[in-house]
Amino acid sequence: MSTLLEVRGVSKQFGGFTALDGVNVSIARGERFGLIGPNGSGKTTLINCVSGSLRNDAGSILFDGRDISGLPAYLRTRRGIARSFQIPRPFASMSVLENLLVPLEYVAHGGELLKGHAEDEAMALLRDIGLADKAQTLSSRLSQVELRKLELARAMAARPRLLISDEAMAGLSATEISEVLAILFKLNEAGITIIMIEHIMQAVMKFSQRVICLDAGRIICEGAPAQIVQNAEVQRAYLGA
Amino acid sequence: MKFWIGAAITVVVGVGLPLMPLNEYLFYAGYMVLSFVVLATAWNILGGYAGYVNFGPPAFFGIGAYSAVLLFKWLQAPLVVQIAGAALMGGLLGFGVGLLTLRLRGIFFAIATVAVVFIMETLMVNWRYVGGATGLQILRPPVEVFDTYTRMLFAVMTVMSVAAVAIARYIQVSWIGRGLRALRDSEDAAECSGVPTLKLKLFACAVSGALMAAAGAPMPMYLSFIEPASTFNLSYTIAALGSAIIGGMVHWAGPIIGAILLGTLQQVVTVTISSEINVLVVGVLLVVFVVAAPEGILGLIKKYFPGKK
Amino acid sequence: MFSLDLLFEALLFGVLLGCFYAAVSIGLSVSFGLLDVPHVAHPAIMVLGSYGTWIIAGKLGWDPLLAGAVLMIPFFLLGVAIYRFYYEVFEKRGTDAGVRGLAFFFGLAFIIEVGLILAFGVDQRSVEAAYIGKSFQVGEYRIPMRMVVAFAVALILTFSLSFYLSKTFTGRAIKAVAQDEPALRLMGANPVRIKQWAFGIATGVSALAGAMLIIISPVEPAIDRLYIGRTFCVVVLAGLGSMTGTLAAGLILGIVESIVLMLFGASWAPAVAFSLLLIVLGIRPQGLFGR
Repeated sequence: MSTLLEVRGVSKQFGGFTALDGVNVSIARGERFGLIGPNGSGKTTLINCVSGSLRNDAGSILFDGRDISGLPAYLRTRRGIARSFQIPRPFASMSVLENLLVPLEYVAHGGELLKGHAEDEAMALLRDIGLADKAQTLSSRLSQVELRKLELARAMAARPRLLISDEAMAGLSATEISEVLAILFKLNEAGITIIMIEHIMQAVMKFSQRVICLDAGRIICEGAPAQIVQNAEVQRAYLGA
Repeated sequence: MKFWIGAAITVVVGVGLPLMPLNEYLFYAGYMVLSFVVLATAWNILGGYAGYVNFGPPAFFGIGAYSAVLLFKWLQAPLVVQIAGAALMGGLLGFGVGLLTLRLRGIFFAIATVAVVFIMETLMVNWRYVGGATGLQILRPPVEVFDTYTRMLFAVMTVMSVAAVAIARYIQVSWIGRGLRALRDSEDAAECSGVPTLKLKLFACAVSGALMAAAGAPMPMYLSFIEPASTFNLSYTIAALGSAIIGGMVHWAGPIIGAILLGTLQQVVTVTISSEINVLVVGVLLVVFVVAAPEGILGLIKKYFPGKK
Repeated sequence: MFSLDLLFEALLFGVLLGCFYAAVSIGLSVSFGLLDVPHVAHPAIMVLGSYGTWIIAGKLGWDPLLAGAVLMIPFFLLGVAIYRFYYEVFEKRGTDAGVRGLAFFFGLAFIIEVGLILAFGVDQRSVEAAYIGKSFQVGEYRIPMRMVVAFAVALILTFSLSFYLSKTFTGRAIKAVAQDEPALRLMGANPVRIKQWAFGIATGVSALAGAMLIIISPVEPAIDRLYIGRTFCVVVLAGLGSMTGTLAAGLILGIVESIVLMLFGASWAPAVAFSLLLIVLGIRPQGLFGR
C-alpha cells in the first residue's frame, strides 16, 4: 500500500471549542507533505491526534493500514511516528546527548542497547544537526534556536518512518534554515515520510510536494505548493477577510 | 565496584556491631534511623526520580507491619517470610493506587495516597484479629544469635538498607531511571520518545511501595506491640519526604544523608525537648529547603564544592 | 437494625452536614479548583481560623460567627501573601514545581498543626453561643440548632461566592484566568494580581469556615488531617471549578457519611470521605460538573 498515514473524519473539541472538524488527509509513503494555516487553525492539534498526545473525539487514524486511534503515544512512536514539539520540551535535567539517548534506548532498540553504541549514534545525529559541541551541555541552558534543533534531533533519534516537524525552523537564520532543509531532504531520500508544519513559506514551498491549508479546524485547500500560494481562500485565511 | 565494597563493609559493620558489648541505646536509635533510610530511599524512587509525590508512607509502612503481624499470628512465620510477605502487599498496594490515579495529574495521586492512609487505618481499627483500636501484644519467640531483639533487628535493618539503596541505585543509573527522569521532565515528550510512561510509573510505584512496606515489617517485632494510630501516623510522611528533599532527590545518596540527619535530629530533640518541637523543626527545614535549596544538601555540595563527587 | 425513622433522621442530618462540608470546601474550590494551586494546607488554615475564633470568642465574649467574620480580613491578607510567595518561588520557575509545591504546602500544614499544638495543647477546644446546645423540635426529630445555623451560613456563603464569580467583573476575571490566562493578559489584566485576590478570598472564606467548624463540634489541632479527605472529596466530586457543584457534592458526602454512621458506627466514619474520593478518582475524575 502506498498510503502511510490516513486521517479519516477526525474531530476534536475542547469544551465548547471545536479545534478540528472532520479532517480528511491521506499521506503517501515517502511523501514530503506541508501543513500550513494561521495560528489557532488546528495544525498542532491535528499533529497531537496523530502522535497520540491527544485522543481524537471522532474519526480514525490509520498508520500503515492499521488503526492506531486507540494506541497510547509511546506505541505509536515505536511503530514509526515521531514528532517535534512546537514549543520545545527538552528533558531539562539531562544533557543534550542524554536527551537523544531516551528515544534511542526506548524506540530504536527496545531498551536493550549497549550504552556505547547508543552514544555513538547520538553523537552522529548531533553532528548532522550542528549541536555536537553542546553534547554535554545541560539542555536547560540552550538557546531557543538550539532547543528547536534538539527537538528535531530527538525526533530523528526515534528512527521514524513518519517524521512530523512542528515549526522546527522558527527563529532560525537563513543559513540554518537551509541546513535543516538539507537534513530533511536527506532523511526523505532515505525513505522517511515527512510532514512539515511551518510559517516560513519559502521553506514549505521549496520542500513540499503537496500542501494542505487548515483554517478553523477545516481543510480549506489542498494541492501543489504553487497552487496553494495563489489560492484566494488561503490568502484570506492568513491576511484576514 | 566501589559501591559494592562500601555495601559489603556496611553489612559487616551492621551485623558485627550488635555482637559487641555496646550501649543498647545505640541499636535502639540506630534501628529507627536505618528504617528512615529505607523509607526515604524507597520514597525517592517515585518522588525524586519520577516526580510523583507520595503522601502515604504510613499506609505502606503500616501494611508492611500488619502483614508481618498477620503472617506471624496466623502461620508463626519467621521474620524473613514476614518481610517478604510485607513487600508483596506493599507492592500490590502501590500498583493498585497507581493504577487508579497515575493517569491523572500528580496532585490527584498525592491526595489518593493520603486517602489510603486513613482507609487502611480505619480498616485496622475495625479488625479484631489484629487487635483493633487498642492494638495487639506480640509474643516474640526467643531471639537467636544476638542478645536482644533490638540488636538483631538492627542487623536486619542494616541489610535491608543496603538492599534498598542498591535497588534505588540500579534504577537510577539504568535505562529505567532515564525513562523516569524523562517522564518527570516532560511526560508528553517522553511518550513521544517511546517511553511507556504509565508502565514505568506503575513500576516505580510498586517497587517504592514494596520497599516501604518491608521497612515496616520488623516494627511489630521491634516493639512487641502494634496499634493503628501510631503505625499510620503522618509523621512518617514528613520523615520520608523530608529526608529525600533535604538530602537531595536526584541521587541515591540524598535520602541516606537526609534520613541520617533527620533520624539523628529526631532522637536528640525528642529526648531533650519534645517530639512536637522535633516535628516543627523538620517541617521548617522542609519548607526552607524546598524554597531555598530545592536540590537538597547534595545540591549545596555540588554548588559550593564543584568537582567533588 | 434500621427503621425508616432512623433513615430519615440520618438523611436530614446528612443534608445539614453536607451543606457544612460544602461551605468548608468552597475555599478549596477556588484555590485548587480554579487556580490550580496544590493547596493541601487548606484544612490546616481553616483549623487556624477555628482557633482564632476560639480566642476571640473566648477573650472578648463575641459570637463565634462574628469572630469568624472579623477574621476574614486578616485571613484575606494571609491568603494574598501565601499566593504571592507560592507564585514567586514555585509557579514562576516552572520546572519541578509540582513536587516542590506539594511539599511546600504539606510542610506548611504540618507547621500550622504543630504550632497549634505547641501554643494550645492537644485538648479539644469549643465555643459557646446561644444556638449551641439547643435543638429544634420538628415533629419527632430533634435538630441541633447549631447545625441549622451552619446550614444557613453555608448556603449564604456558597450562593454569594457563586454570584460573585459569575456576575461581578473581578469574579468573572477570576473564572477567566482559570480558563485562559493568555487571553486575559492580552486584555490588559494582570493574571497574578487576579489570582492573588482570588486566593485571598478563598483564605478569607476559610476563616468563616473555621468558625463554623468549631461551632459544629470541638476542634483539636490534628483535625485538619480528616478534613483533607472531606474537602478534597467534595472539590473533586464537584468537578474542578464548579461552585454549585460544590454544594451538590457536599450534600452527597454529608448524606453518605451520615448513613454510614447510622449503619456502621463512628469507627467507620473517617474512611467515608477518603473512600468516596478514591471512587470518584477511579470512575469519573472530572467529577459531576468538571471543567
